[in-house]
Amino acid sequence: MRELTFVEAAREGLAEEMARDGRVFVVGEGIGARGGNFNTTLGLYELYGEERLRDTPISERGFTTLCTGAAATGSRPIVDFMFIDFLTDAFGDLFNQTAKLQWMSNGRLKMPIVLRGCIGVAPQFGAHHSGNYYPFFVHIPGFRVVVPTTPADAKGLLKTAIRCDDPVLFLEHKALLNLKGPVPDGEYLIPFGQATVARQGQHVTVVGIAYMVKEALRAAEQLAAEGISVEVIDPRTLAPLDMDTILASVHKTGRLLIVDEDYAPCGMAAEIAMQVMERGFDDLDAPVQRLNGAFIPAPYSDAFAPGLVPDAASIAAAIRQLLAE
Amino acid sequence: MDPALKEVWLALLRTMLMIRRCEEQLVKFYAAGAIRGGCHTYIGQEAVAAGVCAHLRPDDVVFSTHRGHGHALAKGVTPHELMAELLGKATGCSGGRGGSMHLFKPEVGFMGSSGIVGPCITLAAGGGYTARLLKTDRVSVAFFGDGAVNNGAFHEGLNMAAAWQLPVIFVCENNLYATEVPFVKATRNPSVASRGQAYGLPGLEVDGNDVVAVYQAAGEAVRRARAGDGPTLLECRTYRIRAHSEGMREVGYRTPDEVNAWKARCPITLFEQRLLQDGVADQLEIERIEAEVGAIIADAARFAEESPKPDPATVADHLYSQTGFHHA
Repeated sequence: MRELTFVEAAREGLAEEMARDGRVFVVGEGIGARGGNFNTTLGLYELYGEERLRDTPISERGFTTLCTGAAATGSRPIVDFMFIDFLTDAFGDLFNQTAKLQWMSNGRLKMPIVLRGCIGVAPQFGAHHSGNYYPFFVHIPGFRVVVPTTPADAKGLLKTAIRCDDPVLFLEHKALLNLKGPVPDGEYLIPFGQATVARQGQHVTVVGIAYMVKEALRAAEQLAAEGISVEVIDPRTLAPLDMDTILASVHKTGRLLIVDEDYAPCGMAAEIAMQVMERGFDDLDAPVQRLNGAFIPAPYSDAFAPGLVPDAASIAAAIRQLLAE
Repeated sequence: MDPALKEVWLALLRTMLMIRRCEEQLVKFYAAGAIRGGCHTYIGQEAVAAGVCAHLRPDDVVFSTHRGHGHALAKGVTPHELMAELLGKATGCSGGRGGSMHLFKPEVGFMGSSGIVGPCITLAAGGGYTARLLKTDRVSVAFFGDGAVNNGAFHEGLNMAAAWQLPVIFVCENNLYATEVPFVKATRNPSVASRGQAYGLPGLEVDGNDVVAVYQAAGEAVRRARAGDGPTLLECRTYRIRAHSEGMREVGYRTPDEVNAWKARCPITLFEQRLLQDGVADQLEIERIEAEVGAIIADAARFAEESPKPDPATVADHLYSQTGFHHA
């Protein structure tokens, strides 16, 4: 199978959807002729021009709500925030308008809008370019939240996001953007709400969120040499969340570790652990554990980097500890 | 007078009367406890919704604010659906999900009112974006008060609409108070219309209690938008006669003299006098319209009262476009 980077695969999905549906357009800063800071739209401006690849002023709240109005009236906007941190200016309208219009209108308005941008702590990006924010959107009724980790998933999930009539947050971890992986030829879509078992194992289940899937796989590889068999689950979408796949794994292994570089309080691990308590308590041989990023804004200096977010070593250590319970 | 124009004039009167009588009925419902929560009446401002919406087709879109009953009625929401919504009935225009501040009827281009001040401006810019993208000559209208113009949404929405020449009409109903804060205390520049220049779009001030003035200014704005000549800002100077919301205290921020002076400039009375003076209509014709509207409102009130409440089992419907995606 051919190999593409995460960005290339997602862009191929976007290009296919723009060719398929003239109602799809993209807005963002530098997504026109420049092709996007992360090359998310490279080459598309030449094909579709400025009405469908609209460079914007730095008015995040304004263009997010403009796109909400566009989606309500029959077009299919994609807001490319570059860094998802820039979306925070639009929180109010996202929560009060974008998320609620379908429901408030008794289902007569649709809200086909994709909100995409890069998440994640990356070396020395600092406090305003390292956010994750997905728990906010999982918490609010009305959103779908997608966190692909492979190039193939990025393409298939982005195509589903663009065809979805609900607001979709499509979050791309910076550390994944240039990683290559196999991508099937031809058109395919990946439905929301289907986790994948990224690695099969017997002794412990690790649910990784976004890039943490990669670090968990690395930890699993190390632990295999010690005779520890780790099952790694990639939820792929956080809303809807495929709890059935997680519960089936916990039923098999009896132990669960959730790894999320985002903050712990009221985060994904809290939600997943609670749902396992509700539906799979009898399967547990040990308390559910979580491993999260440090509860501080992302610092700049590399002196602060150690321990800031989980990595293969800290995940392996947490697994050993969980197995000792 | 040209019979076609007379028809337009009488339709303006009919729309204003429909709004006024409907609001008066809603006030009664509120006093009787049948309506709870916010209920922001449009009494005194009827000329604005009537004058603007008279130019709109069903496929043109309107995004409205918390004081949105008049916009909804002028855009084609029936008083039956409006009253039923405020009484929390299944037959309401939002099926009982919305109430006074969340009215929707996209089938006639009424894309919703909002309990948050400001977003209707940028939402309407998005409606204009769709009109352009889909190669239509539809226009998009935002109705908002003076309270919204000091919000960032006004700046961002007008700027983008002008930069991209979107077919949008920004209608500011300057009723002099944002809730109870006087406009002159909220800004150094008391002219909303003058702000248009800052964004490179025409800004016009009109007497918002003169339905003909509103109708004429809006006609030019809609014509420009349809022709691809970009957005317009209309500042309609008007006044809300009743409290900000039903049941709220009416003391401490404006004087009875001020309210009475504006009551004397009732847009409906002024227009009826003009119709009579100009010989456009006689008293009998006006009374006939009054009676017709009165009968519709009475029927709407009966309909709303007799309508069933929504089935509580349906409360989570329409949260997502497809069912089966709840994760909590």
